[in-house]
Amino acid sequence: MASETPIKNLAHERIVFTNRVLVAALLLVAVSAVLGARLYYLQIVQRQYYDTRSNDNRMRVLPVAPVRGLIYGRNGVLLADNVASYRLDVVPEQVHHMNATLKRLSSIVPLSPEKIKDFKERVRNSARFDPVPLAYDLTPRQVARFEVNRQDFPGVDIHAGLSRDYPQGKTAAHVVGYVGGITARDLKRVDPSLYRGTSHIGKTGVEHSYEHVLHGTPGSKIVEANAEGRTLRRLQSDPSSPGENLYLTLDVHLQRVAEQALGDNAGAVVAIAPDTGDILAMVSKPSFNPQPFVDGISQAHYHALLHDTGNPLFDRAIRGQYPPGSTIKPFMALAGLGTDGGKNIHQRFCPGYYRLPHVSYVWHGWKRWGHGHVDLHKAIVQSCDIYFYDLAHDLGIQDIDHWLGRFGFGRPTGVDLPGEESGVLPSQKWKLAHLGKPWYPGDTLNAGIGQGYWLVTPLQLAHAVATLSRRGHGMKPHIVYAEQNPRTGKRRLIKPQPLPPVKLPHQDWQRVLNAMQDVIKSPHGTAHRIDKGLTYTMAGKTGTAQVRGNSRDEGDTASNDKSIPKKYRNQALFIAFAPVDHPKIAIAVIVEHGGEGGAVAAPIARKVADAFFAEHPNERHPGS
Amino acid sequence: MRFLPNTQTNDIQAADSANQRVTLTAWLAQFHLDAPLLLFTLAICMLGLFVLYSADGEKLGLVYAQGERLVLGLGVMAAVAQIPPEWFKTAGPWLYALGLILLAVTLVLGDINKGAQRWINLGLFTFQPAEIMKLAMPMTLALYLHHRPIPPRWRHLAVALIILVIPVFMIAEQPDLGTALLIACAGALVIYLAGLRWRIMLGILLVVAALAPLVWLKLHDYQRQRIMIFLNPSLDPLGAGYHITQSKIAIGSGGLFGKGWLNGTQAQLDFLPESATDFIFAVYAEEAGLLGALLLIFLYAGMVLRGLWIAVNGRDSFQRLLAGSLALTFSVYVIVNIGMVIGVLPVVGVPLPLVSYGGTSMVTLLATLGMLMSIHTHRRMLTT
Repeated sequence: MASETPIKNLAHERIVFTNRVLVAALLLVAVSAVLGARLYYLQIVQRQYYDTRSNDNRMRVLPVAPVRGLIYGRNGVLLADNVASYRLDVVPEQVHHMNATLKRLSSIVPLSPEKIKDFKERVRNSARFDPVPLAYDLTPRQVARFEVNRQDFPGVDIHAGLSRDYPQGKTAAHVVGYVGGITARDLKRVDPSLYRGTSHIGKTGVEHSYEHVLHGTPGSKIVEANAEGRTLRRLQSDPSSPGENLYLTLDVHLQRVAEQALGDNAGAVVAIAPDTGDILAMVSKPSFNPQPFVDGISQAHYHALLHDTGNPLFDRAIRGQYPPGSTIKPFMALAGLGTDGGKNIHQRFCPGYYRLPHVSYVWHGWKRWGHGHVDLHKAIVQSCDIYFYDLAHDLGIQDIDHWLGRFGFGRPTGVDLPGEESGVLPSQKWKLAHLGKPWYPGDTLNAGIGQGYWLVTPLQLAHAVATLSRRGHGMKPHIVYAEQNPRTGKRRLIKPQPLPPVKLPHQDWQRVLNAMQDVIKSPHGTAHRIDKGLTYTMAGKTGTAQVRGNSRDEGDTASNDKSIPKKYRNQALFIAFAPVDHPKIAIAVIVEHGGEGGAVAAPIARKVADAFFAEHPNERHPGS
Repeated sequence: MRFLPNTQTNDIQAADSANQRVTLTAWLAQFHLDAPLLLFTLAICMLGLFVLYSADGEKLGLVYAQGERLVLGLGVMAAVAQIPPEWFKTAGPWLYALGLILLAVTLVLGDINKGAQRWINLGLFTFQPAEIMKLAMPMTLALYLHHRPIPPRWRHLAVALIILVIPVFMIAEQPDLGTALLIACAGALVIYLAGLRWRIMLGILLVVAALAPLVWLKLHDYQRQRIMIFLNPSLDPLGAGYHITQSKIAIGSGGLFGKGWLNGTQAQLDFLPESATDFIFAVYAEEAGLLGALLLIFLYAGMVLRGLWIAVNGRDSFQRLLAGSLALTFSVYVIVNIGMVIGVLPVVGVPLPLVSYGGTSMVTLLATLGMLMSIHTHRRMLTT
């Protein structure tokens, strides 16, 4: 064999080598073919799959939150605004050392231990990859300092956006309401897909009841993000459409006047334009500053507000329920006139007390020595309890219930605000259902002077007065009068809604209205003190509702004595409208534990009416 | 016969262009440079710089650094090409000895780099002693086997295996399994080309297969993990399997024509790790598509085939063995890198020759090309 020869055979060696190279070259070709086939498989056969994976890698679909509609007063005063704000967001997943990062951040943005504690609490309750807000309302200086040092803070980012701002502060805070961070409960009442990019949602007031109008329609954007998740550029976007602006019926100036007129008292003032049902002013005192709720109120702050004895978060105007006291008397008079052809309306004698046959209890009037002979007019002007005890007794609770129900008592007015209470219009049915007790004749007497089981909200009372002032032609009260498309500026007016009228002969209305005018005009009227300097005609009715269980109504000195604790003092009420012939404003005032209605509540109504006519001088004498 | 002026003119033109080609080749040969090898090299290197610019996020930093190394490497290549092949015979054992000493030094006091001791700091620059072995191993084995009978006797084979195994083990100890296997491969290719009987080769392969479980036990955890993940990338899609998954996404999404230069989202957006170094082929395949990938493979194939042509035409057995081994080793680099990036081979740290960003290996590779040029260009001068 050649290979066994000791002497080297050069030619043989060359052939062996060439063969080996050929085999290797063939092998290389085969391997290259395998590589090529694999590339073909990846790039042609599986291309679709890998293309999708590649796009999944880089593209993120992000929701674009719509711009929330603004809220204006009727004169264009801004009540809820959107202001540019910078927020510091932290994505927990991307932060390597949370404590060290927070410590370094605190040199840029002030972070109190309480804030950090709260932040960590929220981190625990959210997904690792979701940004958690750490600080709101950064100043431009803070933003600049963060941007310069941004590389030291992986996972921390500035979010520039719009934040809700309430420039009027405490004014109309209950009506406007506020927005707050969306909770799981909020998402149950809205379509969550519309809220993916939205951080805040209306919690109370108009912000809540008009959430669907204010919110707008979200858009989306497809962005390219790198492996760290940082957005690099926008590939495509579907713009959001902003929410509608709202114009409230509220006259912010009048609102302020009413607020100031209430002073430090707790209570409510509601002013309605009778012709339209527009709520011109709606004050609940004490009020609160809505701003902290937007930025995430601290536990301590919220706790303090919630347990404040003045209960500032409580909207007394639509949720506060008070006995109406004597303010119910004009309505009782109308019930009397309307029932059985007015046969129960006649002169009565008032000895200062009232008794029922076979009942030992004695009902006292507010005037110990009595009013003597009293007709309907005098009964209203001087607020004679005895007259209305007897009238109530003659009418019976069913007729009272029937007639007063037509003025809207005992059920929500349907105002476009959340959480309205219905009050209580006493009836046999109601008592049985709620107290499980039968109706006694004495209950009817108490109902006749707005005591006993009676409860009304200030809004209900104002609405009832407005209805009365228009001789039964009530309008549904409402707080929003127009929605505005922010792009076109076009306003869509919300039509006033007339309610089924309360029908009575003209002269019956006139009798009651005249009596109500004399409450102020007549020297014997319980609100005569506000007559001085009146440049327009005004009609009203005082009310002083007892808090403790005494049976007497107005003038109970024991209940008005400044020496007794305030919480046991009577509630002062006053209802009014003006001008008498063509009413442009109807007002209800309730001052909690204010004392006597004529002394405390009536001057407040006068101030509100004065301010209204100062603004609308032509409305003083609309006929002339 | 009819006189056909047109044909004649064409013939003259053809001859002219042929002459010109010959002239360029001859002109380059004066400087001991091989024209085809040089053209393939420059084409691949230029392509590499463009891909690197894209892989590094459209920054010039790495491109400049790579360009500098390329100039240095091409200089080294040209220099090596001037050396007569006879000198390689002399230099082989010395280089081999130097390599062994440096490897020993590295093992004892080498700098810690990525948990592995591979680098030696010479004050001015650091380099991997393993790189020397890439040259020294085929030189020494070719020298040892070139005057032995064909096929090699058992004792010669034993000596050759010892020469091969010692540095390979030292490099594997560093641990740098990829380089160790490549150097073992370079040595084994010399033995194969020297005419080792097929049945003995088969026997060795069987022994290696039998020893595989032992090797498995010797492997470091991360090496075992790499192999496990190669076998099943979904085992760890966000950890070690992430490389290969993202690499496949990059390549697959490139399609037939690619996404276009600088438009590869996988690399540009940092989804693809090691995009400038070991996984640069994925960047290229994403942006240039299947056609571009095949073009690059053809360029490499052309280069390797030219190397094998040089080997077949080697003047003596030493030159043939050396040139053949160098050319085939080069192809192994390419295949191992691309195979790893497209997910048919496990992830081993082997760069894509002349394209991946990285220092010493680039210079070493260009030096081996210089050796091939030297072997080819000196042959003609000596024979004529």
